[in-house]
Order: sequence, then structure tokens, then C-alpha cells
Amino acid sequence: MPADMTTKIVTARFGNDAARTIAGYEKTGGYSVLRKALAMKPEDIQNEVKASNLRGRGGAGFATGVKWGFVPKDAKQVHLVCNADESEPGTCKDRLLVFWDPHLLIEGMIIAAHALKAVHNYIYIRGEMMREYLVLEAAVKEAYGKGYLGKNILGTGIEVQLTVHRGAGAYICGEETALLNSLEGMRGQPRLKPPFPAVKGLFGNPTIVNNVETLMNVPAIIEKGGAWFNELGMGRSGGTRIVCVSGHVAKPGVFELPMGITFRKIIDEVCGGVPNGRKVKAVIPGGVSMPPLDDSELDVPCEFDALQTDERIKPVMVRPGQQFDLGGGRMLRSMAGSGGIVVLDDQADIPKATWRIMKFFAHESCGQCTPCREGTGWLEKVARRVADGNGKSTDLELLASIAHGIAGNTICALGDAAAWPMLGFLTKFRADFEAKIKKAAA
Amino acid sequence: MSLEFSADAQAKIAALCERYLAAGSKQPVVLAALHLAQKEHGHLSDDALKLVARTLDLPYAHVYGVATFYTMFRREPAGTQTIRMCTNISCMLRGGYDVLEAFEQKLGVKRGQSTKDFQLVEEECIAACEYAPCAVVGTKYFHDIKPGDVGKIIDELKASPHPESEVV
Repeated sequence: MPADMTTKIVTARFGNDAARTIAGYEKTGGYSVLRKALAMKPEDIQNEVKASNLRGRGGAGFATGVKWGFVPKDAKQVHLVCNADESEPGTCKDRLLVFWDPHLLIEGMIIAAHALKAVHNYIYIRGEMMREYLVLEAAVKEAYGKGYLGKNILGTGIEVQLTVHRGAGAYICGEETALLNSLEGMRGQPRLKPPFPAVKGLFGNPTIVNNVETLMNVPAIIEKGGAWFNELGMGRSGGTRIVCVSGHVAKPGVFELPMGITFRKIIDEVCGGVPNGRKVKAVIPGGVSMPPLDDSELDVPCEFDALQTDERIKPVMVRPGQQFDLGGGRMLRSMAGSGGIVVLDDQADIPKATWRIMKFFAHESCGQCTPCREGTGWLEKVARRVADGNGKSTDLELLASIAHGIAGNTICALGDAAAWPMLGFLTKFRADFEAKIKKAAA
Repeated sequence: MSLEFSADAQAKIAALCERYLAAGSKQPVVLAALHLAQKEHGHLSDDALKLVARTLDLPYAHVYGVATFYTMFRREPAGTQTIRMCTNISCMLRGGYDVLEAFEQKLGVKRGQSTKDFQLVEEECIAACEYAPCAVVGTKYFHDIKPGDVGKIIDELKASPHPESEVV
């Protein structure tokens, strides 16, 4: 049965302060699925997750079961790492998930670790999330105390260790190979892939990196079955979807919603519409890395495949007449990303918003690849002068050309993450940029 | 001047070293050790970096490289509490820059600078977008801030401080 507005898998304990403690968590059914999972064969857990069509909630939307399947069967030592480095602008779900329900994350991790035969496991939490770090540390300690973690968990002979690892301020550490380098005590610079972490990751061992929300869905999948989870969703995307809505809406918030809900419904019905009698101008659909939507594109479902393929979303252009090529002639519409939805109303200053996004990427580029290190800096400078009303008539072409020069030419996706919204805003809101430049010339 | 870790910090570092045995070195503990050095010595001076290098058997150059990559590490002395005011898109759309400017006026310093008590940082998204504009000070979040609120916030923090070092 598809999920409805009341289906809550990972946000069921929001608002329940008692559930943050292990006693309160157990009282609401917590750690009961773990006993079931520990009696299952690792392959059977993996098969349920595959059947569930659970897709990574960090941004890429990759099938979790398929990712787990990439670990070589003869691996001597495997690691599971939870990516709790949430820092994609507009995204504010993992911080709340960790705060409200840390034991659901831990239970999901123990089940996943058993499925992967992973002994030494880590949660990489963003350095700035200090309150949440303390919550996690306390929860992990409780789980050790109760025998859910340790050398011989619940007398099963299975060993699962879990360590919380604090970051120290760097957006790029949300990229999984940068995260692994940071965990290893290095600068957080991404690694060239392949090899992918599932083959060669942390300390050279096969490693699975999964997002907080992804792992928190695992207990429900094992409890009720992969088929049940799959049916909740839509198409090839199982389960519910958390969206974080911010910007110009009457009621911003974090909501667990049916996968197939449209952006228009989210904005109008869940978030009370755009206030002050204004209309929607632009919507960032999944964190600032994703190309924006305009008002005519909001009847598309907030689902992974729909955002990439729905023909109601116009393709991103490099310049008028030249479509952006993702490789092999594939066009770029948008992507579901992290679920961070930012709404800009019809009074919003689009060039200024674009500049702020570019400023972010220029600040966060790790400096490893020339196109990104230099390019994001130039995008910020040129976008700024356009936004400030000092743009030149050639600046839009310059911005497009810099962005196009970055995209696809860097080790990790941060370069693309800067280029896509730049090109996306230019594609759909060109008139806003042109008006500023015209004013500057006058 | 040669610096030392307190007994408590040494015990914490020793315990952490046991959590990364597959690494074959103490290198994975470097972020935690830098957090501890910053807590105990206020900022990461050359001597503090040498202390971390010596404690973890790492080259000084490696520790220097790591310390200068991450934005939460500071090489200069700064105020005891850090106000991380977000101005990224969700906060900007709801007046984040006006709040940052109000903080600048109230404290009499620019973003990136410090008074004796407060370091003011223009922070990138702190993952509290539903409450924009927002700031985080140690473990304390401030939601839906208006420029007129900053005086009250500073008073509150003076009465009940939330230094980041508390967490380490």
C-alpha cells in the first residue's frame, strides 16, 4: 500500500523526549527488530534491503541494497560508516533525526553492520553539530551498556563496534571519499574513483558509507519486509521521503511525506503556501546543488527518477540553443538530492540568491582540482558584480562558460554542484539577470 | 614553549587510539586531538600543533595541513564563545544578513573577528533551515532571530555561556 500523509517511519518519535534514552526507545518497540535481524543470515538481510528499493537519502539516490552488494564476498575486514555530515544548504533533516531518535540510527547501523559483516563502524558527525554529538555519544554508551554493541552482542557471538567521529568544519567531508580521508585523519579531500569505497575504502578495506536517514529506514524494512517498504513508495523508490522546506513559505519545516507528492502540494498544502499574497518564483528541489524549478514545473513528484526524467522539467542549457550534456548526450533536468526544498517568492532577488550559492561553493571547494578551485572563485566574483548591479553585458556568457568548464572536469561532484545551479538559474531566470545588467549599463 | 595535554585529555586520546586499530597508526585521532588542544590551549599555536604531532607520532607538517583545512580550528586567540550565524540561502531569504550586521554592531567587531568573550563567525548552512534565520553557539541553537533580538541573545550567553570547548 502506498504511504499516505500519516505514514511515519523515521520521524515517528519526533517530539518524544523520552525516546532519546534507551529505556524510552525500548518502551516504544526499540531494539526488538535487532533481535530478529541477528537471527537472520546476512544475505537475507541484504536481500530484504534490495527488495525494498531503499535509495540513498544523502543526495545521490543510489540503491542501498545494490551498494551493499558491491562489497567483495571474500573481504577480510569491512566497515560501515554513517554519514552525518549534513551541510547541504537547505537540508535540515539528519540533524533532527539524530537529535530525536539516536537509537533508531544505532539499531539500523547494527543491523546493517551484521548484514555486511562489518565489525569496526563509525558515525562521522559534522563538527558544528555539538548538541547532536553529545546526544549520539550518550546513546552509543547506553547501547554498549545494554550489550547491543560490543564483542558479543546479545550473546550471539557477533561483534559490532561503533565509534562517533567528530568533524571540524568542512562541507566537502559530506562527499564520501573526503569523509573517509577525514576519518583517517587527513585533510578532507576527495579520492579519485574507482576504486569505489565498497571495494577499497576506510583503511584500504571495503567500506559502505550510508546517510543517516537511509540507515534509519533499515529496522522498519527488516521488521515489515522489503516488499512492504517498496510498496510504500513510487516507481523504483521505496519508502517515504523526508523533505525540509525553508525560505518563503508560511510554515517551514521537516516533513516525512509520501514519495510521490508533488512540489505544489508540499508548498501549498503542507507548508501553507507562499505568504504575503506572493507567488512562487523558483524552487530549489533538493539542496542548492540541484538545478532550480520554476513555477510551471511544480506538478512533478518529489521522487528521484521523476526529477531526472519528467519532461515537464525543462533541460538545463549552457547557453540559449545549447543543451547541457551530462555525458553521452544525457540532458540534465534536476535531481531530488538531499530533500532540501528552498522556496523563493516572486519578490526574491534571483541574481543575489545565485551569488550566495556560488559564494558557498567557492568557500567550500577543497582546492584539489583546478577547474573547481579557480572556477568557483570566479563564479562568485562575477555573480557578485551582477547581483550588485555592476555586471557587464558579457557576464552571463562568462558565467556560463566558467560553469561549463568546471562541470564534469573534477574528481568529485562539488564542481558539478556549483555549475548546475549556476546554469540552471541562468536557463530559467535569464531575464532577472539581464534586467540587472541592463540597469548597470543605463 | 613546550605545551602539554592534561591527564584527562591524555586519557581521552589513549582511549580513542584503541578505536581505529585497523588504521595501523594514531592518525585518525588527529581531529579529536586538535579539538582537545584547542580546548586546553585556547587556539592552535605552532606549539599546540607540535604537541599534537608529538602525541600521535605524526609529522608536524601533516598536523599543520589538517589544522588549516578545517574551519573550526583557529590559529589565533579568539573569544571564549563562538557565535555561528548562518547567512546561507534559507537564512538570507529571511533576513540572515540583517541579523549578522546587528551582531556586528552590538559586539563592535566585524564577522570573522572576536571580542574577549565572543567570536563572530559568518557560518555556512547549520542545518536548521526551518528556523531561519538561525545561529548556533556551542550546543545552543537560536531560531527565527530578528535583528532586534541580538542584545537579548548576548545577555543570555553572558549569563549562561555555551563555549564550544564544553563539548570536547
